[in-house]
Amino acid sequence: MNATLVIEWVVKSLVIILVLTGGFAYTTLYERKVLARMQVRRGPNRAGPLGILQPVADGIKLIFKEELTPHNADKFIFTVAPVITVVPALVITAVVPWGREISLFGRTFTLYLSNVNVAVLYILSVTSISVYGITLAGWSSNNKYATLGGVRATAQMISYELALGCAYIGPILIVGSMSLVDIVEAQAGVWFIFLQPVAFLVYFLASLAEVNRAPFDMPEAEQELTAGYHTEYSGMKFALFFMAEYIKMIAVAMIGVSLFLGGYLGPGIDRFPILGPVYLFIKVAVWLFVIIWVRATLPRIRYDRLMALGWKVMFPLALLSVMITALVLLFVES
Amino acid sequence: MLSDWLYVGIFLVIATFLPFVAITLAGILGPKKPNRLKSTIYECGIETVGETWVQFRAQYYIFALVFVVFDVETVLLYPWAVAYNQLGLFAVAEAVLFVLILFAALVYAWRKGALRWF
Repeated sequence: MNATLVIEWVVKSLVIILVLTGGFAYTTLYERKVLARMQVRRGPNRAGPLGILQPVADGIKLIFKEELTPHNADKFIFTVAPVITVVPALVITAVVPWGREISLFGRTFTLYLSNVNVAVLYILSVTSISVYGITLAGWSSNNKYATLGGVRATAQMISYELALGCAYIGPILIVGSMSLVDIVEAQAGVWFIFLQPVAFLVYFLASLAEVNRAPFDMPEAEQELTAGYHTEYSGMKFALFFMAEYIKMIAVAMIGVSLFLGGYLGPGIDRFPILGPVYLFIKVAVWLFVIIWVRATLPRIRYDRLMALGWKVMFPLALLSVMITALVLLFVES
Repeated sequence: MLSDWLYVGIFLVIATFLPFVAITLAGILGPKKPNRLKSTIYECGIETVGETWVQFRAQYYIFALVFVVFDVETVLLYPWAVAYNQLGLFAVAEAVLFVLILFAALVYAWRKGALRWF
């Protein structure tokens, strides 16, 4: 443990955070563009060529907005809640590998921040923390719609977390390790989406519910709850909630790609390790496209159906998938 | 191994720094012209009626309770899954039994109406 090594990890952390915040900004543009095209519109095209400066304009606008706090809100929690929401969203990505080792300036770098051997458990626990931020935000606003939105978010997230947790078990069973680096490397032959189709489907749907995306965006159903838990938020604090949602979207896409779609692996990765992040980027972009596509296609489902789907369909299905995987593995080995 | 957690720690500190800087920066740069009407809460245009921080329905509580039971049991499957290759037939039979008990509990909660949203 020497100074250069610490500097290396600080630089890596900064790079990841910059990539994620930049990725957040451009995911918003990506979403608006794709949605617009699916609705036969053009989308933002005024700020810069093809609208590529739109996120910058939005960011500058949000920084110079007045921030309002309701006079009867719980002021401290009201300020801390966006922080509690956004930090876990960023921190999840610490264990996702971006590639193998590369040589740069005569030194060897690993293209991941940390190869924790309980990575999947870490992801599961850190994602749960951001629920607190949303619930506290809803509660501290002292607004009935916001409170309802926050409570709904909690109930929804805990319902889908079970299915999500079971979906992780399939790849772990096959690999025998919880480290994401090991899981990705084990997919050099065949991607786990082909070995674990049910787990993949459950993961995809449950992750949509975890990040509150359509058709599971109940906590912010604007027709019935105004804007849900962030009704009272404005300016930068609102931007932080927005950022948390999109960064979580990117994070679940990265984790899903690593678990089921071969992560950073792709043709030619052995000869050119620098291609790793490129493959990861392409796969994440495709995953995000599917998420946006789902939003453009499906209407929001009713709340009681959402709970029923989580408990009565997804969770038993995921458990069944785990059992079948275990039995098949037993037969393959013997 | 321990150093891997140190890197996560460094990342956590830097990640916490970001929202604080953003909020502080916006607090300095943004205009501040408060008035009585602006700081009222927005519900639907008219003044809000009654308390917000009241007790909410017990259904959420029941879901939370069922969740805790199943979440703890699901997490027990993780070490089993990691060590699966070294365990052999007995452990598999045990895990199948375990999941069957889980299923029975789910069916029980289901039949009791704990999973019904009304």
